[in-house]
Amino acid sequence: MTYVRPTFRNPHLPTNELGYTQKDYEGALSTLCAGCGHDSISGAIVQACYELAIEPHRVAKLSGIGCSSKTPAYFLSNSHGFNSVHGRMPSVATGAYLANRDLVYFGVSGDGDSASIGMGQFVHAIRRNLNIVYVVMNNGCYGLTKGQDSATADAGSKSKAGHVNLFQAIDLAGLALELGASFVARSFSGDKTQLIPLLKAALAHPGFAFIDVISPCVTFNNNVGSTKSYDYVREHMEATATMDFVPIKEAITTQYDAGSSKDITLHDDSMIRLHKLATDWDPQDRQSAMNAIHHARAKGEILTGLIYIDEGLQDLHEVIQTAKQPLNAIGKEVLCPGSKALETLNEGFR
Amino acid sequence: MSQSRPGPKNNLANLNSQSILTPDFNTIKIQTLEATNIKDPEYFHKVVDCQYACPAHTPVPEYIRLIAAERYTEAYMVNWESNVFPGVLGRTCDRPCEPACRRGRVEEEPVAICRLKRVAADNKGEVKHLMPRPAEHKNGKRIALIGGGPASLTVARDLAPLGYEIHLYDEQELGGGMMRSQIPAFRLPEEVLNEEVNFILDMGIHTHLKTYVSSMKEMLEKDYDAIFVGTGAPRGRDLPDLPGRWDAPESVHIGIEWLASVAFEHLNKIGKKVIVLGGGNTAMDCCRTARRLGGTDVKVVVRSPFSEMKASPWEKEDAMHEDIPILDCHVPKSFVTENGVLKGMMFEKVHAVYDEKGRRSLVPIGEPDVFIEADEVLMAIGQENSFPWIERDLGLEFDKWEMPTVDPVTFQSTLEKVFFGGDSAFGPKNVITAVAHGHQAAVSIDLYCRGESLQKRPDPMTNLVSQKMGIHEWSYDSAVVEDVRYVVPQADKRATLSNRKMEVELGFSQGIGFKEAQRCLNCDVQTVFNTSRCIECDACMDICPTSCITFTTNGPEEELRMRLIAPAPNTDQDLYVSDLLKTGRVMVKDEDVCLHCGLCAERCPTAAWDMQQYLYSVTKACKLPGAVL
Repeated sequence: MTYVRPTFRNPHLPTNELGYTQKDYEGALSTLCAGCGHDSISGAIVQACYELAIEPHRVAKLSGIGCSSKTPAYFLSNSHGFNSVHGRMPSVATGAYLANRDLVYFGVSGDGDSASIGMGQFVHAIRRNLNIVYVVMNNGCYGLTKGQDSATADAGSKSKAGHVNLFQAIDLAGLALELGASFVARSFSGDKTQLIPLLKAALAHPGFAFIDVISPCVTFNNNVGSTKSYDYVREHMEATATMDFVPIKEAITTQYDAGSSKDITLHDDSMIRLHKLATDWDPQDRQSAMNAIHHARAKGEILTGLIYIDEGLQDLHEVIQTAKQPLNAIGKEVLCPGSKALETLNEGFR
Repeated sequence: MSQSRPGPKNNLANLNSQSILTPDFNTIKIQTLEATNIKDPEYFHKVVDCQYACPAHTPVPEYIRLIAAERYTEAYMVNWESNVFPGVLGRTCDRPCEPACRRGRVEEEPVAICRLKRVAADNKGEVKHLMPRPAEHKNGKRIALIGGGPASLTVARDLAPLGYEIHLYDEQELGGGMMRSQIPAFRLPEEVLNEEVNFILDMGIHTHLKTYVSSMKEMLEKDYDAIFVGTGAPRGRDLPDLPGRWDAPESVHIGIEWLASVAFEHLNKIGKKVIVLGGGNTAMDCCRTARRLGGTDVKVVVRSPFSEMKASPWEKEDAMHEDIPILDCHVPKSFVTENGVLKGMMFEKVHAVYDEKGRRSLVPIGEPDVFIEADEVLMAIGQENSFPWIERDLGLEFDKWEMPTVDPVTFQSTLEKVFFGGDSAFGPKNVITAVAHGHQAAVSIDLYCRGESLQKRPDPMTNLVSQKMGIHEWSYDSAVVEDVRYVVPQADKRATLSNRKMEVELGFSQGIGFKEAQRCLNCDVQTVFNTSRCIECDACMDICPTSCITFTTNGPEEELRMRLIAPAPNTDQDLYVSDLLKTGRVMVKDEDVCLHCGLCAERCPTAAWDMQQYLYSVTKACKLPGAVL
């Protein structure tokens, strides 16, 4: 058994604007099962951060408990990390975001962590519009405890042991949309060409960016009859649109037919360029996004791609009008003005 | 076991086309690469860079693993089967394998393959019983070998066990050819050479030593069934027209002739001040030998710039280590003598100028000529073939450079029963090339004597076997060791300079040999991909430390190479392309910097990747009894 990854890297690896190669965004060697979808998502996060030339030390990775929540150890080793309590990642993320608004936040969770034990936390994080990329690695089962059905398992989906799930599934993307999340997307771990641009757009989006990534559990939920297997998802995936994320500096080269294409300019002048595949769908119209999700579900399809985006919604710091700087950049005198100032403040409430 | 014949493999020749859907829904046909045919015996052979680069195609990783396992005797036999002189080559090989070593493409230095071979030779046990015995029943065919060097000895080894009666002719008193006359004993001890030459001569070879063959016509009249010429490149170049060359002839020597005189102990001293002309390995051997025979002020003077000298870098280092300066960019102008006594030489200083095609010319820099004192001069400025003993009216064709016309595959001359090999076939190369020629000439002679076509050559022996032992467990050490190359220790300089026969290099100890062996990346353990098993989970692509696996749409090679996760600009190395996968993509693996660490196969949930050892054994006339191959 090796489980040792050599440190040699390809001498022809390209570098990004910071002069970093992909190696600078890697993490430790994964201990998840061979072929786990989560590892592909980690790979996509590495690639997205590399391509956007994000400085690794400017990223914070936060997670709860579960297979998915182990993954922050497997990407961005040079970033900050907090592996919190089961389902409590959103609270920790809220605290971290309040303390330092300048970092790039990755909240990494799973279907158990977000749709069961952490559901209460999840919905409030959406309501508060934290500026965070919230990735749910959704495999429809509890892989860490031998594959019991999770709350996102579809009714009728068959487990490896042959047991059929009797309960309705929670559609996390639909829920996020209902709760007013400002960026909602769904993707598949086996489709990096879709996932990487989505992650890049989510990173550029100034608010709660939710991506539900279907991520097959190769060990417990990749069997015939499962609706979260590699084969099933590939056969039933329907994308809203093909998508390019265009950073500010890049010239646009792809040309689509007028009418089916749509450009969404983000606050930093980067652009999401969509080539729409779904009809009657407008990613900036929540109603049509809702309809698209429902229509797809009725047809037995899995709707993927960008589903909804609202660039106008104020994020948490703007809503509660907090300081413009991170707390660690504000001097001690301002943060702790002393007992005199406290007395004056208290006087004001009398 | 492979069925197909090795053929030239060039991905560019295998263009296919595939229909793809563009983002704007147009179907276009694009040129794509054909799926790689791993059944082609040359495909995986090429991935084993060291073995592929070796003229004799010695299965290097196989014997390196045996060394790491302390199975020195078996490691020696794997070598012996392939290159016949492991002890000699482990000390003196030109090492074409090392610049090819994959390690050199991901790290600074290649594996010390050559010196590991010596570890096998130094530590081997009894080997004689593992070697083929002379045939009990002769087949009635008689073969003459002219010249007793590595090429002829290889032919003898391959043919004697098959029942051929072998007659070996050489002008010297002992077999070995240039390995004895030109390689000094401080690099190759006589015992080592004698042992490996005798392994062959003891196979019932009829030796005719101290016999100079002066006429091919006479040889043909002796009615041998075939004649093999392995006479090397015996004539050292001279500077006959350089002013003063003949004014003190006893002080000016041809390098290889002088080395031979030293080797056969006709000479045992030289003047204090010595100039060695030339920049090849013979020049290095001359200057270092001169240091041992009393030369205290020995200089190498060479026309070309230091970096372009023909000598191997390590031989230049060894010479400089023995206090021998190398003066480059000095062109000899004249020998300076006084009353018939050599005083030194005049040189013109030049520098190298290159035209737009990269051709070099040496242009004087205009400084005054340089006088260098010398008591004796050794000329090591090249070697030539020379066939004064072959009559030109025998039907054996020679070209305008006085070289025999020899078929590069069969080594047959235009006189069908005469074959050439080694330096005498295509000019001076090295021992390992001579061995490779010998094997092929032996195959040809055997086919010829059996009345079969020389063109229908037997296939190489190949075998591809999974190394899987269990989950995450392989039968080879898959972990990549990150040690840098170990240095071979040398004996004390004062001792070696005072004794011509004392070997300078001490060789790796068993412990260091093990560590150096562990640096080998096991390139013969192939990453074999099974398209139908792949579920396209990307696990292999994500884990690959050197980013050499990409799942993408197919395309023309040039474009595809640049589109991979890490671009693959090294077109000497193939792309391994799979059949079409379910999503319409293909797996493309750049063989260039694959570490053969097996992580792709460990990460694969469906065993679509497997690590399989590829053995490739060059076609030879005689197979070893009970050989690993």
